[in-house]
Amino acid sequence: MTRNAKLMQGNEACTIGALAAGLEFYAGYPITPSTEIAELCAEELPKVGGKFIQMEDEIGSIAACIGASLAGKKAMTATSGPGFSLMQECLGYASLTEVPLVIIDVQRMGPSTGMPTSPAQADLMQARWGTHGDHPVIVLAPGNVKECFELTFKAFDIAETYRVPVIVLTDEIIGHMREKVILPDPAGLKPLRRAAPASPAGYKPYAADPDGGVPLMAPFGEGYRWHVTGLFHDESGRPSGKSEVADKLMRRLARKVEKAAPLIEEHFEESLEDAEIVVVSFGSSAMSSLSAVRRARREGVKAGMLRLKTMWPFPDELVARAASRARRVIVPEMNLGQLALEVERAGCGGAPVTRLGKVNGELFRPEEVYASIMEAVK
Amino acid sequence: MRVEFRLSGSGGQGLLLAGIVLAEAAILDDKNAVQTQSYGPEARGGSSKAEVVISDEDIDYPKATDPDYLLALTAESYKSYGPLMGKGLIIVDSSVPVSADIAARTVSVPILETARDKVGKKVVANIVALGVLGGLSKAATRTSLEAAVKSRVPKGTEELNVSALRAGFELAELAASQRGARKTQA
Repeated sequence: MTRNAKLMQGNEACTIGALAAGLEFYAGYPITPSTEIAELCAEELPKVGGKFIQMEDEIGSIAACIGASLAGKKAMTATSGPGFSLMQECLGYASLTEVPLVIIDVQRMGPSTGMPTSPAQADLMQARWGTHGDHPVIVLAPGNVKECFELTFKAFDIAETYRVPVIVLTDEIIGHMREKVILPDPAGLKPLRRAAPASPAGYKPYAADPDGGVPLMAPFGEGYRWHVTGLFHDESGRPSGKSEVADKLMRRLARKVEKAAPLIEEHFEESLEDAEIVVVSFGSSAMSSLSAVRRARREGVKAGMLRLKTMWPFPDELVARAASRARRVIVPEMNLGQLALEVERAGCGGAPVTRLGKVNGELFRPEEVYASIMEAVK
Repeated sequence: MRVEFRLSGSGGQGLLLAGIVLAEAAILDDKNAVQTQSYGPEARGGSSKAEVVISDEDIDYPKATDPDYLLALTAESYKSYGPLMGKGLIIVDSSVPVSADIAARTVSVPILETARDKVGKKVVANIVALGVLGGLSKAATRTSLEAAVKSRVPKGTEELNVSALRAGFELAELAASQRGARKTQA
């Protein structure tokens, strides 16, 4: 056996990634298909001096995480669609108050209670626009078990660096799938932590470069007194109704994530160089897609695969470039066209986009994507 | 080479665990393995399905497409998944009536009975079934299967489960020799 090779589940890998990143606080409300994350956090966090709390619901869960993060701890919650809906208000609060936080959404069939044990990818737009008001969002989507570890770890680094809530968007297949993984030695990892002020004297909690700067974050309980509010606020954190204050804050928050975008963008690609048929997908749908692309290639069809790992900010230029030589772009996803709309918007050198949506609670079979590829080359 | 397994039965029979152990054994043998599942909202009862793909190469698609082996422990799962079988072998529990309408090659094996009467515990039927699958497919070595069983079953039940696995190996040998005999006759 290869040293350290393990059979590991996606949800398990997310949790281990979070622990490797220095997770100290988990508050959650169990929901299929995310429950294993809560279970493993309940088991592991006490061993490293962390805290696990099962809250009364998902609203309480994310609120408790915001509190823990303000007190200087690395905090995470995990849920699925119905719970993610309940978290939206506090997600906006964390965004405006710039509280680092990681939320894992293991997507299942919706809307509403839907099909609790079946996969879907229909929270893509909710992850972007679920909370009200303009707000920048960072969403990462693992495509296999190893990436569950890597991207959850990375989500913490991003949250801490930019003081933003980061969403890890997986699905029932990725979350429950077990596969062989070899994880890095945690001792060799260097997780990042938010920058803190040197002393309470003159501390302004929201003072930062208007061009996307990140303010220094003081932990509560260490002698700092500052005000946190979901109202628009000035550099002191006090509420302000002034239009110029609101404008400056909104633009700084947007710019902050805009500047981060090229630094955090990640994707997987195969056979794109000369691809005439480009398949763009994410998460578990991309596994079926890759299998189909490889089959088409073996049969001499110039098909290529682009799998997005950074969903938001949407990698417009990457998609446009990947599809620049395409005759046809195919977007398989377990919803009715949420990613396809973005792909169309990013522009594909004029190539038409096939919206290959699947909404029956089942993963694509490779032959479904293959058939779409072959239809396109006809 | 890619080998695909579908393990089906009713919820609570432990087929998911059997799938996990099979995948883990393959990894111990230095192969790639992926295990997936589908199940209803019930904790027990309802239908349950676990799938395992084992390969020497990279596994891009994690689900079974044309299973090499279907295990069916209940009549319901046999009727659901039996007709979908093409090239593969169906391993059905001997309590399930075999239908002439299901064309794929089929062996009927007393898995539930062996667990109950020979190993002495009905609950280890999943591990007996694992022994049958492992023995017939040879997708994982016996040594690795035993090691994986020991690492994944509840503490204190290792011995019981290893004897269930070995009982499954024996059933596999018997089933293989019967199939061989039938071929010779034909």
